[in-house]
Amino acid sequence: MRLRLATPRIGGMLALAAVIAVLPLFLPNNFYFDVVILVGLNAIVCIGLNLLVGYAGQISLGHAGFFGLGAYASAILTSTYGWPPVAALLAGAAGVGLLAFIVARPIMKLRGHYLAMGTLGLGIIISIVLTQEVDLTGGPDGMPVYGFSVLGWEPSGVLVWYWIVGGLLLLTVWLALNIVESPVGRALRAVHGSEAAAQTMGVDVVHYKVLVFVVSAVLASIAGSVFVHYIGFVTPSEAGFVHSIELITMVVLGGMASIYGAVVGAAILTMLPQLLTFLHDYEMLGFGAIMMGVMIFLPKGLVPTTARLIRDRAR
Amino acid sequence: MLTEFLQFLLSGVTVGATYALVGVGFSIIYNASQVINFAQGEFVMLGGMMAWFLFERAGLPMPAAVPLAIAGTVMVGLALEKFAIEPARNASIVTLIIITIGASIFLRGGAQLVWGRDFHALPALSGDAPIDLSGVAVNPQSLWVMGCTLIVIVLLHWFFSHTMTGRAMRAVAFNMLAAQLAGVNNRLILMFSFGMSAALGALAGVLIAPITLTYPDVGIMLGLKGFCAAILGGLGYPYGAIVGGLIVGISEAMTAGYVSSAYKDAVAFVIILMTLFFMPNGLFGRRGIERV
Amino acid sequence: MSLLTVDSLSKAFGGNLVIDDLSLTVRPGAVHSIIGPNGAGKTTLFNLVTGIYTPESGRILLDGAETTGLAPYRMAGLGLSRTFQNLQVFFNMTALENVMVGMHLHCDSRFLPAMLRLPRIVRRDAEMADEAAELLRFVGLADAIDADSDALPYGALKRLEIARALATKPRLLLLDEPAAGLNPAETGEIDGLIQRIAETGVTVVLVEHDMRLVMGVSEHILVLDRGTLLAEGTGEEIRHNPDVVAAYLGEEGRYL
Repeated sequence: MRLRLATPRIGGMLALAAVIAVLPLFLPNNFYFDVVILVGLNAIVCIGLNLLVGYAGQISLGHAGFFGLGAYASAILTSTYGWPPVAALLAGAAGVGLLAFIVARPIMKLRGHYLAMGTLGLGIIISIVLTQEVDLTGGPDGMPVYGFSVLGWEPSGVLVWYWIVGGLLLLTVWLALNIVESPVGRALRAVHGSEAAAQTMGVDVVHYKVLVFVVSAVLASIAGSVFVHYIGFVTPSEAGFVHSIELITMVVLGGMASIYGAVVGAAILTMLPQLLTFLHDYEMLGFGAIMMGVMIFLPKGLVPTTARLIRDRAR
Repeated sequence: MLTEFLQFLLSGVTVGATYALVGVGFSIIYNASQVINFAQGEFVMLGGMMAWFLFERAGLPMPAAVPLAIAGTVMVGLALEKFAIEPARNASIVTLIIITIGASIFLRGGAQLVWGRDFHALPALSGDAPIDLSGVAVNPQSLWVMGCTLIVIVLLHWFFSHTMTGRAMRAVAFNMLAAQLAGVNNRLILMFSFGMSAALGALAGVLIAPITLTYPDVGIMLGLKGFCAAILGGLGYPYGAIVGGLIVGISEAMTAGYVSSAYKDAVAFVIILMTLFFMPNGLFGRRGIERV
Repeated sequence: MSLLTVDSLSKAFGGNLVIDDLSLTVRPGAVHSIIGPNGAGKTTLFNLVTGIYTPESGRILLDGAETTGLAPYRMAGLGLSRTFQNLQVFFNMTALENVMVGMHLHCDSRFLPAMLRLPRIVRRDAEMADEAAELLRFVGLADAIDADSDALPYGALKRLEIARALATKPRLLLLDEPAAGLNPAETGEIDGLIQRIAETGVTVVLVEHDMRLVMGVSEHILVLDRGTLLAEGTGEEIRHNPDVVAAYLGEEGRYL
């Protein structure tokens, strides 16, 4: 095994860790920290979504539903029932995992547009339920969430949250890279490449589709739980169609079958609205134009396209 | 009891007809290009908004505003095909979905920019006074919606069976390569499909705006539910989309009336999940076989 | 003692009977070819044996054990592997990774150990990479070891599929038109490769149209026509069988 610094695992993680370690020096105030923390949380969801969409070749237009369920599970269990936050987070993740498992089998039988529509329908149903069950969820106005505490310790201030999210992101990247570079990762990509051939090689295609769907749903749920404790509030829009579209766009923009692509995509799209505010009324127009433009001209996404350019130059 | 039921049925058929028109548009574009046009709902929005603008701001009478609004939307549909779909013809399904979603956002952004975010009303084609049909209050506009949809169905049937273009479109839907080899110009068919779907969407928008008001975001849910109609009927089968639209509309109205108006919006999506799980090819679709 | 037995198999597509009460046996340890005019049902037979299609009636037995109706992913575990007529290469992976997928059943493919990057998994991955490289050399793709599969020429891709199928360590290898689209020189290489594979003890069954390859490499030929077994025997016997000639050339051929 040659130890090369340029590998995604070592070089990439070092670079990411370095960026996370050094970034606080460059962030002038809390607003910037806020954006960066959101980038981190979106990146965690996107890494899971990328495993599903980029590596395994499936689609999900309803992933925000899982994020929202994790968010509300934490919100309701801690604020209404007084559960300890970590227990609520784990319970939410387990519940979402179970839901994803039940739904995965019938949904993953679908292909292409039908799969897209199925996941879309699921996401919208989740968001409608969260909006309508006013007694439980506070309805469209949302509900407040009590702060995070682990065995009595509470994060004090934005910087601590930054380290928490940064650490979680690094952990997620490490775990995801492990999966990708293992037989499981190859099996996922085989499912994407050719289901018939994958079956012939002994890969249980249905099993892997369900597995990656559940894993990506659980990641989204965990990110949702951390999110609500950080923000202190939750609304049904976290589970909404618009959020689902933002997530899938981050993945496609950053690059399919690319863990770092998911991070880059999350970073760009989370920061883009802030960058576009100078456009004022043209913001939505600009966003739509950028989405179309990038997909038409860089269909593989930013990171794989850049990586290929670098590799072709090197030859 | 009965009048209540008929009332719900009527409103269900009215909104169902709208979903039907949107769903037909989806199927037509899908047939020509295998693309799911997530901006379909925006055609509905543009039809209504343009008609409002031409009538209210430009002072045109309705008989002029409506056709112009439809024509304007057709222009937008053709532009969408030319500048967003054409360049990305061989892209993956996910990429194409994102492109049309981007187009949908772009069009909504444009509408907000030009016309603002407010809700607007369009005058009904023959007045607001409800007609009393044995206790059931019938909104005249509903009759227009249903009537126009019926006319559209008849026209579509004639178009697909008796015109060269219509038959060419059916050929493309069946087997794109074979149609090309038989001399069908797929690019023209594609443009035509987008134009036609835009016209259908805009018509739906103009018809429904007097009842439900029009505003830049009206297309999102309408588009999604129209899509549900198309899938229920069988993606690619325009007649199926009509039946699908009516089923979705009526189910929605019945749910709102008898069960809970809060969950009305969920009905379409529950229907679509059930369809996808149990009859993925829809009511009228045929099962395909993948050859390896 | 048969490795593969097909017993009264029937398969219809929408009323069209593609396989019609077909029965045949394949002995272990030889190279067999299945030939027949287009539409005879050769690839459909492969798809039935590998579980991609389910037959309307009849049975399929692998080494005496019934495999009719088993899910396709179970077949590799029973010692059966195949290549595809329309290439089903994993174009989203390198050539090496393609072959490594073939070893899926010969490694720990569980999720948790993979996610935690247990040393055992890492070591096995390194071993598999070496074994995969060996297989690529075996099929004559030594220079393609580090290549992206979507950068390889057609002939190389045909051989890549064979390497991948061999990675499953099959007892029975089905090759679906391995020489389709290849020029005579490349076909000669496939001939040599098939013989090298047979020498390792793997039973090979190929579907082919290239008669020179079929005659050169097979010890046993089965002729399919319109979904049934028309004739079987050695190359010489088949070549002079009037029914076979008629099937390919039409009734007039019977008198040629």
